[in-house]
Amino acid sequence: MAGQTLYDKLWQDHLVKQRDDGTALIYIDRHFIHEVTSPQAFEGLRLAGRKPWRLDANLATPDHNVPTTDREKGIAGIEDPVSKIQVETLDDNCDEFGIPEFKIRDLRQGIVHVVGPEQGATLPGMTVVCGDSHTATHGAFGCLAHGIGTSEVEHVLATQCLIQNKMKNMLIRVEGKLKPGVGAKDVILAIIGKIGTAGGTGFAIEFAGEVIRSMSMEGRMTVCNMAIEAGARAGMVAVDDTTIDYIKGRPFAPSSNQWDQAVNCWRGLVSDDDAQFDQIVELHAGDIKPQVTWGTSPEMVLPVDACTPDPALQSDSIKQKGYQRALEYMGLQPGQPITDIYVDRVFIGSCTNSRIEDIREAAAIVKGKKVAVSVKQALVVPGSGLVKQQAEQEGLDKIFVAAGFEWRDPGCSMCLAMNADKLGSGEHCASTSNRNFEGRQGMGGRTHLVSPGMAAAAAVAGHFVDISQA
Amino acid sequence: MQKFTKYTGLVLPINRANIDTDQIIPKQFLKSIKRTGFGPNLFDEWRYLDEGFPGQDCSKRPLNKDFELNQPRYQGASVLLAQDNFGCGSSREHAPWAISEYGVRAVIAPSYADIFFNNSFKNGLLPIVLNKDIVDRLHIEVSHAEGYALTIDLEQQTVTSPGGDVYPFEVDAFRKHCLLNGLDDIGLTLQDAQAIHDYQEKRKQSSPWIFSDTD
Ligand code: SF4
Repeated sequence: MAGQTLYDKLWQDHLVKQRDDGTALIYIDRHFIHEVTSPQAFEGLRLAGRKPWRLDANLATPDHNVPTTDREKGIAGIEDPVSKIQVETLDDNCDEFGIPEFKIRDLRQGIVHVVGPEQGATLPGMTVVCGDSHTATHGAFGCLAHGIGTSEVEHVLATQCLIQNKMKNMLIRVEGKLKPGVGAKDVILAIIGKIGTAGGTGFAIEFAGEVIRSMSMEGRMTVCNMAIEAGARAGMVAVDDTTIDYIKGRPFAPSSNQWDQAVNCWRGLVSDDDAQFDQIVELHAGDIKPQVTWGTSPEMVLPVDACTPDPALQSDSIKQKGYQRALEYMGLQPGQPITDIYVDRVFIGSCTNSRIEDIREAAAIVKGKKVAVSVKQALVVPGSGLVKQQAEQEGLDKIFVAAGFEWRDPGCSMCLAMNADKLGSGEHCASTSNRNFEGRQGMGGRTHLVSPGMAAAAAVAGHFVDISQA
Repeated sequence: MQKFTKYTGLVLPINRANIDTDQIIPKQFLKSIKRTGFGPNLFDEWRYLDEGFPGQDCSKRPLNKDFELNQPRYQGASVLLAQDNFGCGSSREHAPWAISEYGVRAVIAPSYADIFFNNSFKNGLLPIVLNKDIVDRLHIEVSHAEGYALTIDLEQQTVTSPGGDVYPFEVDAFRKHCLLNGLDDIGLTLQDAQAIHDYQEKRKQSSPWIFSDTD
């Protein structure tokens, strides 16, 4: 028998039943819940008189709608009535059904994709789902993790299973060593630039190679997080010592009497040497420079030392129009150096880049400097209450505040502007988030996706700079 | 999901083609956290003279007396008779939710938009396709006879008029099975509950740390 990929193994391990119509029933080990995509699912349960299949598989926290200031006010601090009702409803539903939840004032509250791994609630070999497309983040732990819709949220709650079709296997290998100033975010942006936002459609992507192996768990999460921006519902990384060391001692991690058995099991969560992939993509670390998106799709990305493209030079007419429209929306000229783009706001946060390592990376660049006067606002929004606490213990908050940054409470914040943190129309933002669609960070807002280091440097300079040249 | 059995229901005719999901349930109601509560806003823009917003007490709103749904003779209708391409537009599942909650269990039209058609079955609403000539004839009959009711028999796949005319219709065997037995996707999966339990027991043995109660 041919070898299996990591994805094949995870699929096989969770197969409850192969059905006649080609679909399969897949068991779900962990289900994360937030306030936006769950209310109708809970109501569906109630209407049908159903109960959750297994309470301990679920973990909930509000994140999309929570304000990032005045957290002590709790829910009362949410101004928008619709946002407020969503957060209240999550609390009510979790209380009613007995689902564990980190509520708005809990120190452990945060962006669900930061909270899960931080708690050890995401463990190798699990199937992990959440009503949110960035659930792929959890694949960094050798999990099969992907986003689901509201009716599937209800399905998982009621049956602990999902009806799925098996995906194809893609291997993305990044070999060599990254240059200083180049990190996980640049790697994933470069990958998306290479394969495009539809490149991974229908695939589960395994990220591998020397660069991924030498990355921290935080870095691997950043890479897997944006698998969806490459078109793939699931991204994953094989288990190694880095994975296991990260998990040890976390609240939801296996207890000491189960630890050895668990580790033993997790060691097998790697693709076999002779595993067959449907597609293999290779990148060389040495070629990757700090990346900046210039357009309105994550694939519209360039190295910081490049110039915006000229639509007229594109051979494909659809691409030509797309580029033209993107440049117009972004208020940029063809052939403009990326380093000439000035930013109005800076956002360091989101489930892509709001973990302690991201905050350290940004703080190291900001230390002893000031935010440029032309920058209207620079925000740091830690991914969870615990990240915030850790950063404060390291004194990082003081570095940011001294430089003129605002140091906020945890949540999704300006990543999607569902709370009060938004871009004004026409404003450029250096953002560590994952989507640069039109209007994503506020109507008319112009998002440039970058790494935390690049965002910090742009805040200081007022425009993009090449931190690999510093 | 409620089982779909044979029933006789008063007919509400809306003799228009291309009724889209924005007409069925306008977008301002999608912000709701519920999948119920849409019944009073079904066809909101046609039904009321003022602009609707979520959370309103609809009983106090001025009604558009010309709209069929508001006419006394159609009160309590449970069969909706429409025209071609019913349910076109956005994919919102709120459309079948609103129709069902209003009390309609079957729609009759010559054709439907795909997504609406699929969403209907998932939510216990039966979209019946009859050819255009028949639908036109039914519209004429309804308009002439107050209290006009049709009998829908899913088992036999027939629609029977008060005059005794029987119109057969097609329905996918699997979907028919689900509706007759009141099975939604979840109900279907739960038919495999034993397999899920068996799997779960195995998983508890092989990976006990995933279950908090096995410590
Ligand atoms: S941080 Fe942004 S991308 Fe991540 S879960 Fe929140 S809204 Fe979604």
